[in-house]
Amino acid sequence: MNEILEGIIKAFQLIFSGDLKIFEITLRSLFVSGAATLIAILWGIPIAMLLGLKNFRGKLLVKGIFNTLIGIPTVALGLILYLIFTKAGPLGFLSLLYTPTAIIIGEAILVTPIIVSLATTALEAVDPEIMNLAKTLGASESQASMAVLKEALNGIILAGIASFNRAIGEFGVAAMVGGITSSTALLTTGIKLETDWGNIDISIALTIILLTLVLIITLAVNIFQRRKK
Amino acid sequence: MSTVAELRKVTKIFNGITALKNVNLKILEGEILALLGPNGSGKTTLLKIMAFIEKPSKGEVYFCDKKVTDKNIEQVRMESTMVFQKTLLFNTTVYNNVAYGLRIRKFPKNKIDEEVSKVLRLVRLEGFEKKNSKKLSGGEQQRVALARALVLNTKLFLLDEPTANLDPKNASIMEEIIATANRELKTTILIATHNMFQAKNLPHRIALITDGKISEVGTPTEIFGKLSKTLVSFAALENTFIGNAIVTEDGTTLVDIGNGVQIEATIQSQGKVSIFVSPEDIILSKRRFESSARNVLKGKIVEILDLVSVVRLKVDVGKPLVVQITKRSFNEMKLNLNTEVFLAFKASSVQII
Repeated sequence: MNEILEGIIKAFQLIFSGDLKIFEITLRSLFVSGAATLIAILWGIPIAMLLGLKNFRGKLLVKGIFNTLIGIPTVALGLILYLIFTKAGPLGFLSLLYTPTAIIIGEAILVTPIIVSLATTALEAVDPEIMNLAKTLGASESQASMAVLKEALNGIILAGIASFNRAIGEFGVAAMVGGITSSTALLTTGIKLETDWGNIDISIALTIILLTLVLIITLAVNIFQRRKK
Repeated sequence: MSTVAELRKVTKIFNGITALKNVNLKILEGEILALLGPNGSGKTTLLKIMAFIEKPSKGEVYFCDKKVTDKNIEQVRMESTMVFQKTLLFNTTVYNNVAYGLRIRKFPKNKIDEEVSKVLRLVRLEGFEKKNSKKLSGGEQQRVALARALVLNTKLFLLDEPTANLDPKNASIMEEIIATANRELKTTILIATHNMFQAKNLPHRIALITDGKISEVGTPTEIFGKLSKTLVSFAALENTFIGNAIVTEDGTTLVDIGNGVQIEATIQSQGKVSIFVSPEDIILSKRRFESSARNVLKGKIVEILDLVSVVRLKVDVGKPLVVQITKRSFNEMKLNLNTEVFLAFKASSVQII
C-alpha cells in the first residue's frame, strides 16, 4: 500500500518538476494524435462531403461500413498495419515499422471512420437548400459546397475533438506498429513500458497526464455541445 | 420594353412527375410580374429555373436575349437572385449574411460595409449588422434574406411567396420594400404567390399558373376584370370560392358558395361570381359573439399550420376557410384539431373578383 502511495507522490513530483522523459512522451503523444487527426480530417472530410451532399448507388452501404469501422478492435487494425509495414510486407521498403510516422498513419486510419461518420451526420443536418441559396447569391459549385461545410463547422470540430480523444487514449495500433520502446513511447505505450521496467512512479505520472487530457477534452466537448444548443 | 428573361417551351420533370409543361413566359425589364397559382402548381420550380439552380428537362431559357447554357450558367447566375419561401440564413451575423454575395463578387471591404448598411436601412434593420441572424424574429429574418439578395442589385429578382410565413405587419413591410426596390432601384421582379390580394395590388402583370401550365398573362385589371375559365379552376386557392350572387333588400350581395354556406359582401353583384376573403381579415373566437360583422360562421379546425410567428388554421364551415392568427393568440386560446370555433368577417372584407 505504501509503495503505491509513494508512487503517486513521486509521480506528482515528476510532473511538477518538469521531468524531461515525461515531457517528451507527452509531447510525442500530443504530436502523434494531433497529426493523425489532421490527416484523418484532410482525407475524411471530402469523403463525408461525398456521403453527405451527393446521392449515388451504394451510398448506404459505404455509410454502414464507416459506421461499423468505428468499433474496429484496435489490435486487429494494428496487426493488419503491422503486416503491411513489416519488412516482407507491401510497404516494407519504406522502413516505417516502429517509427512515430507508422503510428501517425495507423491512428489516422483508426479515427477516419469517426471523422467520416460524424462529419457526414453534421453535413446531412444542414438544410439541403443552403447549397442552392449560395448559388443564387452567385457562388460557384465549389463555393456553394464550402458554404455548406461552414454551416456544418460545429459538427466537424466535434468530430475532430472526438477523433483526437480516441487517438490519444489508443493502445493497440500504437503498440503493434510503434512497438513498446522508449524511442516511440506514447502516453499509453509508455505506461506499459515503464510498468514492465518497474518504474511505477513514471507509469502513474503518465496515467495522471493521460486521464487529465481525456477529462479536459471530454469536458470541452460537453461545454461546446451545450453552447451549441 | 426589353426582355430580361424568357422561358421558351420549358418542361421540367422530377422523378417522372411533370412540374412544368411547355411553359412560355417573358419577364420585361422594370416590371413586377406575379406568378399566381395554388400550392403545387409549379411556381417554385419555375423560379428555380429562372434562378439557374434547376435546369429544364426540355426547352430553352434566355437571359438578356442570350441562350443560357452550361458554359455561361455561372455567369448569368450572378445576374439573377432568389429569395426562398422558407427563410434560409447562414448561421452567422446579419452582416456576414448580407455580405456573402458581395464577397463572392470580390467587392472591397469598405464598399461591402457601405452597401450592407445601405440595404439594411432599406429593409428597416439599421444597426443589425453584428446581431446573430438566427436569433432574430421570423419577420426580421425574412428581411435579412431579402436584404442579402437586394444588395446584389441583380437584373432579375425572384421572390418565392415572400409574405406567406409572416404576420400581417411584417407582410406589409415586405410588400412596401418590394415596391420600393422596384420603383427606386428599377429592379425587375418575379414574385410567386398564391395570395390573390397580393397579386392584385403589387404587380404590373400577372401570369396564372395551374398544374405546371401558364394559362393566362395580363394586367391585374385584365385578369381580375373578367371571370376567366382559369380563375374558376383557381378554387384551389385558399379562401377563394365560386358561387351564385343575389342582391339583397339592404343593397348588399349574398353569395351562396354551396354546402349551405352563404357569404355577404358589400360590393353589388349578380349571377356567378368568384369571391375572396383574406385570411388576415377573419376574426376567430371560441364562443359566438355579438359584433357588427355580417358574416359569422361556425366550424371545426381541420388543419393547423405552424409558421414562424403566425399560425394558419383551416376551419371547415361547410367549405374550408383559412384563418391566420398570431402564435400568441393560438396558444392563449388553447386551440386544437377539431376545436369548435366561430369565424367572423365584415361584408366589406369580401372581395368579388
